[in-house]
Amino acid sequence: MPQMIIANRLRDGAVVFLAPGEAWEPSIAAGALIDDAAEATRLMAVAKRHEEECQVIDPQLIEVEIADGARRPTAIREAIRAFGPTVRTDLTEV
Amino acid sequence: MYRYDEFDARFVKERVAQFRRQVKRRLGGELTEDQFRPLRLMNGLYLQLHAYMLRINVPYGTLSSKQMRKFAYLARTYDRNYGHFTTRQNLQFNWIKLEQVPDILEHLAEVEVTSIQSSGNCVRNITSDQYAGRAKDELADPRVYCELLRQYSFLHPEFSYLPRKFKIAVTGSPNDRAAVAVHDIGLRMHENEQGEVGFEVLVGGGLGRTPYIGQTIRKWLAPQHLLSYVESILRVYNVHGRRDNIHKARIKIIVNQMGIDKYRALVDEDWEYTKDGALRVPEEEIARINAYFAPPQYEQLADETELLAKLRAGDRAFDRWVRGNVVEHKVPGYAIVNLSLKAPGKAPGDITADKMDAVADLADRYSMGEIRVSHRQNLVFVDVKQSELYELWHKLAALELATPNLGLLSDIICCPGLDFCALANARSIPIAQDISRAFTDLDELQKIGQFTINISGCMNACGHHHVGHIGILGVDKRGQEFFQLTLGGSSDQHASLGDRLGPGLPQAGVPAAIRKIVDTYLVIREHDERFLDTYRRVGIEPFKTAVYGDESQAA
Amino acid sequence: MALVKNGELVASSFVDASGAETIPPSGPVIVGLDQWKAHREALIARGTPLGIRLRSDQPPDLYAEDLPHFAVVALEFPKFRDGRAYSYARLLRERYKYKGEVRAVGEVLLEQLFFMLRTGFDAFEIESADPLGDYRTALGDFSVWYQPAADGRPTAMQLRHAKR
Repeated sequence: MPQMIIANRLRDGAVVFLAPGEAWEPSIAAGALIDDAAEATRLMAVAKRHEEECQVIDPQLIEVEIADGARRPTAIREAIRAFGPTVRTDLTEV
Repeated sequence: MYRYDEFDARFVKERVAQFRRQVKRRLGGELTEDQFRPLRLMNGLYLQLHAYMLRINVPYGTLSSKQMRKFAYLARTYDRNYGHFTTRQNLQFNWIKLEQVPDILEHLAEVEVTSIQSSGNCVRNITSDQYAGRAKDELADPRVYCELLRQYSFLHPEFSYLPRKFKIAVTGSPNDRAAVAVHDIGLRMHENEQGEVGFEVLVGGGLGRTPYIGQTIRKWLAPQHLLSYVESILRVYNVHGRRDNIHKARIKIIVNQMGIDKYRALVDEDWEYTKDGALRVPEEEIARINAYFAPPQYEQLADETELLAKLRAGDRAFDRWVRGNVVEHKVPGYAIVNLSLKAPGKAPGDITADKMDAVADLADRYSMGEIRVSHRQNLVFVDVKQSELYELWHKLAALELATPNLGLLSDIICCPGLDFCALANARSIPIAQDISRAFTDLDELQKIGQFTINISGCMNACGHHHVGHIGILGVDKRGQEFFQLTLGGSSDQHASLGDRLGPGLPQAGVPAAIRKIVDTYLVIREHDERFLDTYRRVGIEPFKTAVYGDESQAA
Repeated sequence: MALVKNGELVASSFVDASGAETIPPSGPVIVGLDQWKAHREALIARGTPLGIRLRSDQPPDLYAEDLPHFAVVALEFPKFRDGRAYSYARLLRERYKYKGEVRAVGEVLLEQLFFMLRTGFDAFEIESADPLGDYRTALGDFSVWYQPAADGRPTAMQLRHAKR
């Protein structure tokens, strides 16, 4: 199962995904998919460095499944982080 | 309401400046997250699933209309147009940005509101009876002592790095609406044999992973000794409380480990040195604070017995609402009105910015500009003229704030749960919504009678599930959300912890289980006894059988 | 490590032998509680200024009787979050009337200095590139406080009623 790296951005707490080019993107669709262990290790090191540089907090590797081209974290908790609360859905648009 | 004097105002200003500095240092990399975390927590700032969450103090549940309007402004400007009232009478915003927090705190300081110590390993918001100063059953007004404790605890230099959080609640009524028995320190005002009002002091109550009912450490404490005695309790906790395991760090653990007698002996030993010292509360300070809580200028009115009887006879819905949500006031001609934040399908405790403004306006018009927050996540107007109840009710109904379910089954309390909280194992709000939608028939709710359902999304028990007549605890079983029910809990002066009913149920099974429990109760109950009384009389078996069937249950 | 004391950066004249295997034969020295118990007579006989350094699980009642022998009591903050030493400092000042130096050692950081000052510490081994700057910043954080503590300075309550 592919993985991604998720974190919260330090300055505003927003959920972000490590994306190609070592950027952090709020949309799961824009994040980098990780297919092998070596890449996971390399990118987590990048993420940790960004944490030390005060860009993000607590980067984590999470599992993601892909259905109909759309990505979804397999854990409920991470899915809620990616897509917003399952209640008050009227409020997840800024 | 308490109003800041020059000292309070300066203090808060300096605190905001300090936090502004701390945020700058964090963003600039001078502070690690590890070093910053306790500092932001002591300003009420959590990092949650979606963003930062800011918890704002509503001291002992008291708000002015001006402060409520500021909340509405903040909700619109810095969050997503709503706020959430919690089980400790506080307010939470869920989509806060760290870099904006110093500005938010400045806004709050303008209206004499803080987020100081709403989290962190320190003394938290002092909570109390939402009817304080107004209830007919009240012996003494607890608010002056809440305010004294609030000031005493703010930035206490000795107790800002306790082993764990510390929660104090005060009740001035023998009918405990403040859940003092499940607080780290619970204070019950009562009279000694000489007729003097003082405090029974309970210690070591608490919910969470290992719940305990508080034990009496002192039967009667004179008010002038309140701060020195609390200080001794805190000092013994600070020195002896466990710091090796975050789940064993509350005062309840150490009190139960060493026994209440040993804990009392240590407290008394320390207290001997301090009881007549600088912490003795001078009469002048009590008088000064009390002046802020002086009763408002009431009109000389009579109870509107005839008028209300007539209106109630003519309007069934109004009758239900008065019966359910209106409570007797100390002063003739007045009433206490509960605003339900529990309309069917609503997330308990949530209120939109627009409704905050509307509530502020109604408070000004009908209740002397003051609003109370209940730990059961409802709002209260404590000074409504009985002659204006009907008019007010119409306006509340139009705002969906008049569901006549106070203290009934659908008056659920619920933590934010996995939809918002980084600590949660399961979503709690959908459970509350499902149950409230399954029980919308108002006649049925009245018939079922007094019922508390408390829902927590994890063992931290912010939803107080241990002390609900029915408690619901969300657990994670192999990545799936399951819900364990407990029965027979209570947070009042006859406090008890609920008993586990059986294995966790899937989300879809919870409303049906509640239904089965209720149906069983309605069959078994004698006379008008509440569900809680039936449960205490007959035990868990009939309910276990109803929900799980006749098979014996593996744990 | 340099010490902030009396608003200045000073060098400590004491050798901290609390973590060492042997105590230096002469000169001002700070020892741990176990060392003190083992070598009490010899240390007293030495005639030099003495100090004692306590872990965060060692409250003052363990050594209070011997306070007259100590010019320095160093209280550890193993982690800045371990708040026991705040109570110990107050007990030393208020219950035991200790007048010597109460020194904060361990993870001593800017953001906790103000509380240390209020609870009776008067010397600080601050972990910082600019210890004196941090000390001055912390000192200026608050001009008003609510509760009495070991610093003996008036509280808001006292100031309120003094004016009337």
